[in-house]
Amino acid sequence: MTLHNGKLLALCVVTVIVLFVLQFVLPPYLTLALTRILILSVFAMGYNMLMGYTGLLSLGHAMFFAAGLYAAGLSTYYWGVTLPVAFLLGIIGAFAVSLVIGLLALRTQAVSFMIVTLMFAQAGYLMTLQFTSITGGDQGLTLPTDARSFGLFGFVVDMTSDTARFNLALLIFTVVLGVLFAITQGPLGRLFVAVRENEPRTQMLGFDTYAIKLTAFTVSGTISGTAGALYGLMFGYIGSSFAGFQNSIEALLYTLIGGPGTLLGPLLGTAVMTMLIDRLSGITTAYLIVIGVLLIVVNLWFPKGILGTIRDRWLGWLK
Amino acid sequence: MTLLRTKGLSRHFDGLKAVDGVDFALDPGEIRAIIGPNGAGKSTFVSLLSGRIKPSAGQVFFEDRDVTGMPAHKRVRMGIAYTFQITNIYGAMTVLENIAIAAQNRLRPHLFSRKPVSEVQIARAATKAAQEVGLGDLLYETAGTLAYGHQRLLEVAMGLALQPKLLILDEPTQGLSDSEIGNFQEVVRRVAQSATVLLIEHNMDVVMALADRITVLETGQVLAEGSPGDIVSNDAVQAAYLGAPA
Repeated sequence: MTLHNGKLLALCVVTVIVLFVLQFVLPPYLTLALTRILILSVFAMGYNMLMGYTGLLSLGHAMFFAAGLYAAGLSTYYWGVTLPVAFLLGIIGAFAVSLVIGLLALRTQAVSFMIVTLMFAQAGYLMTLQFTSITGGDQGLTLPTDARSFGLFGFVVDMTSDTARFNLALLIFTVVLGVLFAITQGPLGRLFVAVRENEPRTQMLGFDTYAIKLTAFTVSGTISGTAGALYGLMFGYIGSSFAGFQNSIEALLYTLIGGPGTLLGPLLGTAVMTMLIDRLSGITTAYLIVIGVLLIVVNLWFPKGILGTIRDRWLGWLK
Repeated sequence: MTLLRTKGLSRHFDGLKAVDGVDFALDPGEIRAIIGPNGAGKSTFVSLLSGRIKPSAGQVFFEDRDVTGMPAHKRVRMGIAYTFQITNIYGAMTVLENIAIAAQNRLRPHLFSRKPVSEVQIARAATKAAQEVGLGDLLYETAGTLAYGHQRLLEVAMGLALQPKLLILDEPTQGLSDSEIGNFQEVVRRVAQSATVLLIEHNMDVVMALADRITVLETGQVLAEGSPGDIVSNDAVQAAYLGAPA
């Protein structure tokens, strides 16, 4: 008579430990790649919150990633705020943007919802180009040297150090994973899934489904923006390409491959896809064709993604 | 005091008057059946009560409060539970999870509850509701794979877990076998000890066995209302049902 998911919690803990140990095993080049994977999988985890758990397919999540990226990056670039403050501002910025966009976009459903989120995201992308004098537009802005390190509790953390970057990314990843575990495996997550599975029924059980969807949307956007803020500050660069359509699609791909509606799917999907692109682009410039074929295959035979398929066939608790 | 009352309640679909000026009153504690020929407006009428569709005219009062403009989910919060005519469950989830969603609405009504009710309590309430309808052994079965009769019972269990003041059952015995119907009647009787039951039903044996009072609808209007005995001997009802001249 239990609704808790101890096995999944154990798997999450093991995953984090394995990730931590990997930095002592992997060569520096791969540790850097893993740092990127960790940050991008936070992005995909945010996306998965909305698409995987709540069943709302957004095509505009780059706008939340960019909201975090720009709110954090611009505030440290122009006002010289310290990195932890900039990071916090990035999260607040993404929260505000996702709440407002959510209020508007959630008035639509299904295909209209996809189009509305895409349109908002494109408008955001064009704004970053329109205000090139501030944002740096296509060229972007490189954060100044004094924004490449910060002191915290007496320690100086250097953003150009691979070790510092990896462990910071792992820390944020772990926190987000913990938060998402608490949300998705508890009462609130049950309502997200209820909306995904049968929204009219959920209404007739006494729930305001608009409020549930808005909550999921805001959590999703805020987490995606957290990834954006971290990415910008960690690699010291902000540019409009992060607000582009391709970035939205990548979050979708990572989630689809890993398994929508599984907690660890986005991490797996991001790792598989980035490593694949990395290897393939070394062999051929036409690597996107291979990716395309792979996606078609996955969608035809494994529409639930890697972990989603494993969950349905063998491990029911993997959600 | 009446539990539920309607005044001139109407719903028109273009030219069709599905529900047409119905004045209706329901006392607390009774089991009321609504019967009527196909297309009489029974399902539309209870949908208006639950708030799933909006009336064209008229008002609905619940515990003397005008709830006409209130969205469905708020009416559920007030104590009006509705079970669907066509089985409407979360097919991919387990029986326990299905009922837990309903139980959660009662135990943890706010999304961000500051005093969160533990998952254990929700699970306990859901298990209890499942046992009350006889699904206690099937808690971890996937709801979509259950036999049809069990899915109907799951619908009722979800209604029960809300602990409603008024439980609206829309053709609950449709498609059930005789033995399942017998069990179902037991369940309804037990529910009626703590809640008012409004039952739309085609099976006259069930209606006669359960209902304290019967309301007959025809072409969107109340044709007759009374005890089962009155209704059986009512000439107008016989005419409507059997097509015999009154």
